[in-house]
Amino acid sequence: MSIGHTLLGLLEHGPRHGYDLKRAYDEHFGQDRPLHYGQVYSTLSRLLKHGLVTEDGIEQGGGPDRKRYAVTAEGVTDVERWLATPEKPELYLQSTLYTKVVIALLSGRAAEEVLDGQRAAHLNAMRELTVRKRAGDLTDQLICDHALFHLEADLRWLELTAARLADLERRVRG
Amino acid sequence: MSEPLLRAEALVKSFGRTKALDGAGMGVRAGEIVAVMGPSGSGKSTLLHCLAGIITPDSGTVTYGGQDIATMSDTARSALRRTEFGFVFQFGQLVPELTCVENVALPLRLGGRRRREAEALARDWLARLEVGDVASNRPGEVSGGQGQRVAVARALVTGPKVIFADEPTGALDSFNGEHVMRLLTEASRETDAAVILVTHEPRVAAYSDREVVVRDGHTRAVEFA
Repeated sequence: MSIGHTLLGLLEHGPRHGYDLKRAYDEHFGQDRPLHYGQVYSTLSRLLKHGLVTEDGIEQGGGPDRKRYAVTAEGVTDVERWLATPEKPELYLQSTLYTKVVIALLSGRAAEEVLDGQRAAHLNAMRELTVRKRAGDLTDQLICDHALFHLEADLRWLELTAARLADLERRVRG
Repeated sequence: MSEPLLRAEALVKSFGRTKALDGAGMGVRAGEIVAVMGPSGSGKSTLLHCLAGIITPDSGTVTYGGQDIATMSDTARSALRRTEFGFVFQFGQLVPELTCVENVALPLRLGGRRRREAEALARDWLARLEVGDVASNRPGEVSGGQGQRVAVARALVTGPKVIFADEPTGALDSFNGEHVMRLLTEASRETDAAVILVTHEPRVAAYSDREVVVRDGHTRAVEFA
């Protein structure tokens, strides 16, 4: 997650001070991991240095840091470039699950038990996410669905591997 | 923990030379949702059909409320299926000539209820499943997701103790599938009905309380009280 780009995107709605930005960030994206104040101010200071935000006055009567920040034209261009650049798809070619299955087969242990245990753990995680999704708002639903589809992909792989276990065993044990 | 309401033990069932079940067993308690998972051809549907008394196993027992359903007469077993069990299949299997409300009222009518009373109950269930507005439509005039919710209403209208759902979202996209699962599980929780949910979709299985995995006619992760 690029915190810098996210803060710039939030600033496009109008100037805000650091506390407001943290609150907006946490509300939209911080469900499981709220932003620390330190991260907000260090990110703003970096954006300021690169000319992507500018100081936009100080609010009267506030605490120690009531500085407001506004996004610059360069900042807006930076957000547009970020949105237009697709994220690199994760290839998942280094899989701990695959390694465990092969090591179990190589050592004559029951690989099926590895797969069964993992399936149960994955399904339990999916149950918890499903409960949370049902009780949550749209934001929660979308975040949980993203996690659920990824866990489902793992589970489909577990099933396929279970179906191919005999072939895999012949191959790895030569 | 309470005794399972419905319980299968050591089921063996062959079709010709093919052994579909080879020692399978599972149980479900009142109000519990159990997912039956496994690859195609593993014996999931055969297990479900044995549990529902639709087919008789070659050996092994299926008990409902402590009674062996193999020893019941065909008439008693049919009555059990009509009054105590509800069914939802991958394709709704609604009667195309009847309207949605008539389809939902059908199990009540077969049980001898008067039309007016049966259709009033059917309308209640259609509304609870958020398809009250298609009550007068025929199945061919509603979407796949709506049709499946009508099928769920039909399964629930008799107040069954056990709902058998065989790939109930198999023909739906993710969005409609989730909608059907949410409504099915909410309704079963409210009525304390047990659900046996056959599915190969992990996201659907995640609506269950626990899973039983079928592979080559065997069951794994079997838990009896």
